[in-house]
Amino acid sequence: MQIQDIQEEIVDEFSMFEDWMQRYEYMIDLGKALPLIDEQYKTDDNIIKGCQSKVWVHAELEGDKLVFTADSDAIITKGIIAILIRAFSNQKPTDIIEANTDFIDEIGLKEHLSPTRANGLVSMIKQLKLYAVAYQTQLN
Amino acid sequence: MFDVNEIRKDFPILDRKVNGKPLVYLDNAATSQTPRQVIDVIVEYYQNYNANIHRGVHALSQEATDKYEQARIKIQKHFNAAKAHEIIFTSGTTHSINIVANGFSSLLKKGDEVLVSAMEHHSNIVPWQMLCERTGGLLKVIPMNQDGELLMDEYDKLLSDKTKLVFCNHISNALGTINPIEEIIEKAHGVGAAVLIDGAQAAPHIVADVQALDVDFYTISAHKVCGPTGAGMLYGKEELLTKLPPYQGGGEMIAEVTFEKTSYADLPHKFEAGTPNICGGIAFGAALDYMNSIGFDDIAKYEHELLEYATQKLLEIDKLKIYGTAKDKTSVISFNIEGVHPYDIGSILDKLGIAVRTGHHCAQPIMDFFNIPGTVRASFCFYNTKEEVDVLVEGVKRAKNMLL
Repeated sequence: MQIQDIQEEIVDEFSMFEDWMQRYEYMIDLGKALPLIDEQYKTDDNIIKGCQSKVWVHAELEGDKLVFTADSDAIITKGIIAILIRAFSNQKPTDIIEANTDFIDEIGLKEHLSPTRANGLVSMIKQLKLYAVAYQTQLN
Repeated sequence: MFDVNEIRKDFPILDRKVNGKPLVYLDNAATSQTPRQVIDVIVEYYQNYNANIHRGVHALSQEATDKYEQARIKIQKHFNAAKAHEIIFTSGTTHSINIVANGFSSLLKKGDEVLVSAMEHHSNIVPWQMLCERTGGLLKVIPMNQDGELLMDEYDKLLSDKTKLVFCNHISNALGTINPIEEIIEKAHGVGAAVLIDGAQAAPHIVADVQALDVDFYTISAHKVCGPTGAGMLYGKEELLTKLPPYQGGGEMIAEVTFEKTSYADLPHKFEAGTPNICGGIAFGAALDYMNSIGFDDIAKYEHELLEYATQKLLEIDKLKIYGTAKDKTSVISFNIEGVHPYDIGSILDKLGIAVRTGHHCAQPIMDFFNIPGTVRASFCFYNTKEEVDVLVEGVKRAKNMLL
């Protein structure tokens, strides 16, 4: 599935929720279900700076696609990174680089986009895209 | 007569809603809210007598200068400083500390020792580290126990004739501990060291008498005492302030300038280069007036009741642990729930209209000491109520149910 299609699917899922509590509960569930990063990759180098909670992301090429795994010590943050990984993992680096992230707005997580927000959603997106740029260079 | 419901009417912001819920503001240790009486002073300044001070011959400038200098005297009286020019207007505690740290660059020699407490805010650690890097001085730490109380025996051992400076907060922002500053100051003076007490967290709860304390430097920020941000104070003994070189060069701080040499102005202007935060300084004075009109004795008594009530109610929650259990503490409660990240609790409380702080509270060494990533911190002010404590407790329970 293309990034755009996955994003629409996520937006559809979130549109069923009536209030913030249901959204948060869903994010918490997503966080709990997130495929965990291999312990060996939970290094300081893989920590995304700018988050109040710790977030580790690891990227690996499988064929021409980039696969992300991640973890966080805070569960809501883990839910957020789980959503991002669902949208961006197992995609071609060029598609990741070009993807827009408006769907974050549409699923009611806009507040997490503010640069003052300590969970660093902005930093997470930036980091995923940086990985994509790095691996795209490698592929070229 | 202390009546919290009457007091709340002074704070327009307390009527607003957040995420559809009535605001429960429990982040007072970060910044306090501003009463109408102070807001009116700010509005009046800009509507009636906004002008640059100390230089103008016109009426507005003189009015603004008078009000600004009256504010200095209010602050002097509040802290019982011997002289008005011992009160330096700054942009806040961080600025105040940096003036002193920078000043000591030229007075400290290699091998001299500087002591800081283990529970300092980053703003009372980093400037001294920078000072030690510049001078070859040695930074040493006064340790604390698991309750968040300083180990005074260890302090005694650290003091020597090499000790030149001691820095400590009056009250810890992360733990609420009231430090025994009288003893700290007396013992430091015993070895000839100067003492700076960071009063940022103490100012809203306790009136420090700088002469009785015999403290060398005392710093506070106006926004912690119902005043505006960007204004604060450095108190320093005249003798020491005279010795310290200026921090910034510019207008206002000079006596005479030629291209060959500049002579500096007298205190306090030597440390007040450039156009200051005039309105902020005046509003700072008004904020102290407001706090004094309520009365610090009543404030302390009421906040202590809130602290005891909140502590008891929060501890009824299973798996909740409070960090900072000193015998002497103010209305700050830092806590965690076992197995839950503080950030998650804070995010859910925010959705419920409850403002708390989460994270390391700019005191990472404290978090490292307890081996935790951070805490949730609820800090209470005299305008908070027991009903708000109940809302917090219910919110924490709800967050816990969602997260565990």
